[in-house]
Amino acid sequence: MTDTTKKPAGISRRSLLKTASAAAGLAAGSGAITGFPTIWAQSKITLRQFGTGVSNINAIAEQCKKDLGITLEMTATDSDAAAQRAVTQPNSYDIADIEYWILKKVYPAGVIQPMDVKKLKNYGSVVSLFKNGKLKPDSVIAQGTAPHTVGYVEKPGTKTFAKGETEWFTMMPTIYNADTLGIRPDLVGREITTWADILDPAFKGKTSILNIPSIGIMDAAMIMEAAGKIKYADKGNMTKEEIDKTIEFLIGLKKQGQFRAFWKSFDESVNLMASGEVVIQSMWSPAVAAVRSKGIACKYQPLKEGYRSWGGGLGLASHLKGAQLDAAYEYINWYTSGWVGGYLNRQGYYSACMETAKKFMTEDEWGYWIEGKAAKGDILSPEGKVMEKAGAVRDGGSFEDRMGKVACWNSVMDEDRYMVRRWNEFIAA
Amino acid sequence: MATVRFIGAGTGAGTPKARRSLRIPARLASYLQATPLTLILGCFLALPLLMIVVVSFWDYDFAQMYPGFLLMNYQETLSSWVTWQTYLNTLKYAAMVWAITLFLGFWVAYFLAFHIRTTAMQMVLFLVCTVPFLTSNIIRMISWIPVLGRNGLINSGLISAGIVSEPVEWLLYSDFAVVLAMVHLYTLFMVTPIFNTLMRIDKSLVEAARDAGASSWQVLTNVILPLAKPGMAIGTIFVVTLVMADFSTVQVMSGGQSASVALMMKNQMSLLQYPAAAANAVVLLVLVLLMVAGILRIVDIRKEL
Repeated sequence: MTDTTKKPAGISRRSLLKTASAAAGLAAGSGAITGFPTIWAQSKITLRQFGTGVSNINAIAEQCKKDLGITLEMTATDSDAAAQRAVTQPNSYDIADIEYWILKKVYPAGVIQPMDVKKLKNYGSVVSLFKNGKLKPDSVIAQGTAPHTVGYVEKPGTKTFAKGETEWFTMMPTIYNADTLGIRPDLVGREITTWADILDPAFKGKTSILNIPSIGIMDAAMIMEAAGKIKYADKGNMTKEEIDKTIEFLIGLKKQGQFRAFWKSFDESVNLMASGEVVIQSMWSPAVAAVRSKGIACKYQPLKEGYRSWGGGLGLASHLKGAQLDAAYEYINWYTSGWVGGYLNRQGYYSACMETAKKFMTEDEWGYWIEGKAAKGDILSPEGKVMEKAGAVRDGGSFEDRMGKVACWNSVMDEDRYMVRRWNEFIAA
Repeated sequence: MATVRFIGAGTGAGTPKARRSLRIPARLASYLQATPLTLILGCFLALPLLMIVVVSFWDYDFAQMYPGFLLMNYQETLSSWVTWQTYLNTLKYAAMVWAITLFLGFWVAYFLAFHIRTTAMQMVLFLVCTVPFLTSNIIRMISWIPVLGRNGLINSGLISAGIVSEPVEWLLYSDFAVVLAMVHLYTLFMVTPIFNTLMRIDKSLVEAARDAGASSWQVLTNVILPLAKPGMAIGTIFVVTLVMADFSTVQVMSGGQSASVALMMKNQMSLLQYPAAAANAVVLLVLVLLMVAGILRIVDIRKEL
């Protein structure tokens, strides 16, 4: 929770802001913004962004400085600390880069101001998943804290979320992905098709799930439902009885020795998989890439029940106004205009504005990452490292195949505190 | 004794009477001498502890703590079977690690003190014992993983030697792994104080015992062991408090499958449930203080220091 050090802003920062605001007002008011105005370059505007770290990438800050002249100060925290900071220190940030389930917790505190969609230049190209919960018109809306359920309010000042699409967007979606189980195809020795396969006695002592209660419980719910042990009304908002049943089930599995370990951090999950201690486990997509980069086979296995998905976006702090608010809108419009989207897509995440991101990706990259086609040449990470050789196909296939099969979104439950207490019992059992 | 000379106070310089009037009273001087330590301990130990105690009675939600005086945190902590099981588990680790480190520590110290003849060699060998401490705690712990793992050094050795056909699973991510890593980390804390007390034993006592016809065993049990007790007690305090407060070793070596009290606190803190963690910390502190008090009751560590 430490802030990155602030560069000493000159004494004249305030006055600069004022002149900038006049200039920005002119530029914004004229409606003649084509490309990116270089106004901010002369005015030393700084935006303080804090968030959960997935998209706190230095390259983005550098590009932002180059394109807009806005200095980004980024601070990364874990999600619980982010939620706390969003509520308790609302003046310590200008932009909140948080996940939707965190937004559900913090928005009612009045620390985030909704955005006027008319000022969001790329609002039109935001994928419909974030507007009505459906990727395609015939998609089924997933359980949990689906982004569109907390995406809108009726008007500024209200603390409750709107039922449908309105003029006021709570957060501009930026990054999201679909999570599933990772497997070692060379060691499982059979086809993996369902979340319930992690319960196979053949994998006794060779499985793992993650020990982060709010996400772990969702993976557990996917497994338990797939095994036909229970049918949840909403996996993302369990009742006490459902939580009890899930935890009892997990404790039973643990006592039988089904699990090898529980991981808490990214590197632990990579090591468990790479060393062969575990052959099937909860995993995040960059961890799968990390195992593969060691030359070890690892697959992000699509499963028939669907994915557990998560999404994040950028929210505006309530205290923003005048030139800073304009700069924040400018920043968000830049963020969604393609360069960042291309960058995130090439990391294996998804951008919310696919059309704009496409312009910043090669045809082969777009084919591999988004359309699920076989790579024609080597696929490079944004840093230029070879991630996949020519001929590789992305696990799970295309964007529509993956994001179209979301079973539930990361969420915050009403019985959150009870769930955490029971989860601790599972770990101690 | 500290004296302070004020400007203009030297008018009657040289007369004993004037000198006496400048002298800081003996009582004040001792208070002054104690001030720096009092300030440091007060600011960095007593005050934070007090805050922990205060916070343990507060209410909280995901974002904030609300000052108050609620017993809820203690009720939730003490009424849950998880707490009791976790404490039992932690005490189990403490007992096992204590017994093993005491045994190892005593014999290492005994060897250094009585079988190495020259002081120089003793010091060299003692320094050799501390060599592992040149790397960090975490590294020493984590380096066990490739040794104990399913495809680790020991298992691949056993399999290629034909001793076992399947890898031995309980080597890693088990209580065994936790205790092994803790023994590795904490034995030196036992060796050092015991070595220290053994070095102070007057060799003539041993000679006298032999002259009186004692066997080696009798010398050990009737002379050396009683005199080594203070060192053992200090080592015990070190090891027990370290094990009771450990969270990283338990988490890493048990693969997250076992809980310890400190790990429980860390979980609560990472979920920002500070008051609950504070209540837990107070309970742990009371328990550890009781254990230390118990040790000090059995052994008077000042006797030999």
